[in-house]
Amino acid sequence: MIRDVALGQYIPGKSGIHRMDPRVKISLTFLFIIFLFVGSNYASMGVMTVLVAGILLATGIPLRQYFKSLKAVLFVVIFTSVLNLFYGSGQVLVQWGVMQITEGGVNRAVFIALRIVCLMLLSAALTFTTSPTELTDAIERLLKPLKIFHVKVHEIAMMMTIALRFVPTLLEETDKIMSAQKARGADLESGGLMQRVKALIPILIPLFVSAFRRAYDLAMAMECRCYHGGEGRTRMKVLKAKKSDAVAVIGALLLCAGVILLNIFLPGTVR
Amino acid sequence: MALIETKDLTYIYGEGTPFRKVAVDSVSLKIEKGEFIGVIGHTGSGKSTLIQTLNGLLRPTSGQILLDGRDIWEDPKKIRSVRFRVGMVFQYPEYQLFEETVLKDICFGPKNMGLSDEEAEQRARKAAEFVGLAPELLEKSPFDLSGGQKRRVAIAGVIAMDPDVLILDEPTAGLDPQGRDVLLAQISGYHKVRENTILLVSHSMEDIARTADRILVMNDSKAVMFEDTKTVFSRDTQLEAMGLRVPEITKIMASLKEKGWPVDTALTMEEALRQLMPLLGKGGVPGDS
Repeated sequence: MIRDVALGQYIPGKSGIHRMDPRVKISLTFLFIIFLFVGSNYASMGVMTVLVAGILLATGIPLRQYFKSLKAVLFVVIFTSVLNLFYGSGQVLVQWGVMQITEGGVNRAVFIALRIVCLMLLSAALTFTTSPTELTDAIERLLKPLKIFHVKVHEIAMMMTIALRFVPTLLEETDKIMSAQKARGADLESGGLMQRVKALIPILIPLFVSAFRRAYDLAMAMECRCYHGGEGRTRMKVLKAKKSDAVAVIGALLLCAGVILLNIFLPGTVR
Repeated sequence: MALIETKDLTYIYGEGTPFRKVAVDSVSLKIEKGEFIGVIGHTGSGKSTLIQTLNGLLRPTSGQILLDGRDIWEDPKKIRSVRFRVGMVFQYPEYQLFEETVLKDICFGPKNMGLSDEEAEQRARKAAEFVGLAPELLEKSPFDLSGGQKRRVAIAGVIAMDPDVLILDEPTAGLDPQGRDVLLAQISGYHKVRENTILLVSHSMEDIARTADRILVMNDSKAVMFEDTKTVFSRDTQLEAMGLRVPEITKIMASLKEKGWPVDTALTMEEALRQLMPLLGKGGVPGDS
């Protein structure tokens, strides 16, 4: 059911990755995602794949959890790779009417699938090992330079924290409302597209009403505790980079340099 | 033949994950037509899960639920018809309201059953009467009502489907004392008129004592007792060991009996008064009919 969806769920643990500075984790995740798309031949892509696999293992989280997070994008992966099969040039492998599968197409399909899967796994590794509070703290810190453009960094981070905090609550609520309407005979499983969309009304309206109610309550509770935005607000936990974080950054940069070198010295498989 | 029968009913959450939890553990019970059954058990004892399997909202991991002798999961496509026969009112049901008017909202269930607009409306008005909603409220938006009124609308929405079995999960939670009494009286009244089967889940032992014929006690996912109300409430030590208690008045009467007074188990204040007043030499109870 709805509760089984692994959506940015934090899974507490004690691995080195769990203990890393969240700012470093976010930055490195971004760097690696970029390099997933930089790698343009099997050698450099292989390095990235091994890296991702290494990170997953290092988190110490059961691989089953990662597979679950992949389930959501499985369709996208299959769809885009099948589509890519038919694009591309090079030696024709299968000819089937006007459709043809070429060597280039196969390579593209493999690359696109690998890239999406690795991207999902990396972001799953990030959200599994970093609690939402750490995550938003780090984002707030990383976005701080934007303050000179008068971007309200703290407020944005607070909004993200609240949004993340309420995802499981609202999921649970949706589940409850769905059960209640099903008990009144709502049919959510059959019918055409229009009918299905219509069937969502009895679920969405109560959900919105309760979301607004919660928003009012929360705003009131925050005001009662004299929340007034980020100005002059200090932190209980100040983020501090450790030596191990520095090692991780240097290692990551070396790896990326390696990927670039492999790209230059070996022929590219995909553009 | 029993109206509802469960055979080794078991429900497990998150089977095959680290979060695996047995919520209902091989429960077998028989519920006859027309019974008023109270379901008690501390939080997490599995009562909510049990009642949700009874109307097919949750499919049991193993075991069977027989409605009129037929397995409700015999044809999973027809599970909706089971939900019409076994009506379920959830905890805090007021959050399920969504229509423009109260009347339309109560009609939602009957219309899902495929009834005509007139028939659905007729049923909705009758259901509204049962729960004591004034006719002028029916044209209002459900979001303009008070909490207690919303609760009544939601309950009416299920009663309007005219189910043979009505399951209520803590219908009085969060209501003020007077609201509780009135709502309970209405539920009892509905039960008497309609002569259907009711399952009432509640944390209030007083509520259960006042309404139920039989009590099902859930503890640690198992059905540990399923007997008539007096028998269950005479086992106060056993109940207390499970984090439950007996109604205050029952406890007082039990202590009096222990001290040698010639009294019997009493479940409600009225019953206790009826026994105590003569002992105090005051004769009958005022207003006792």
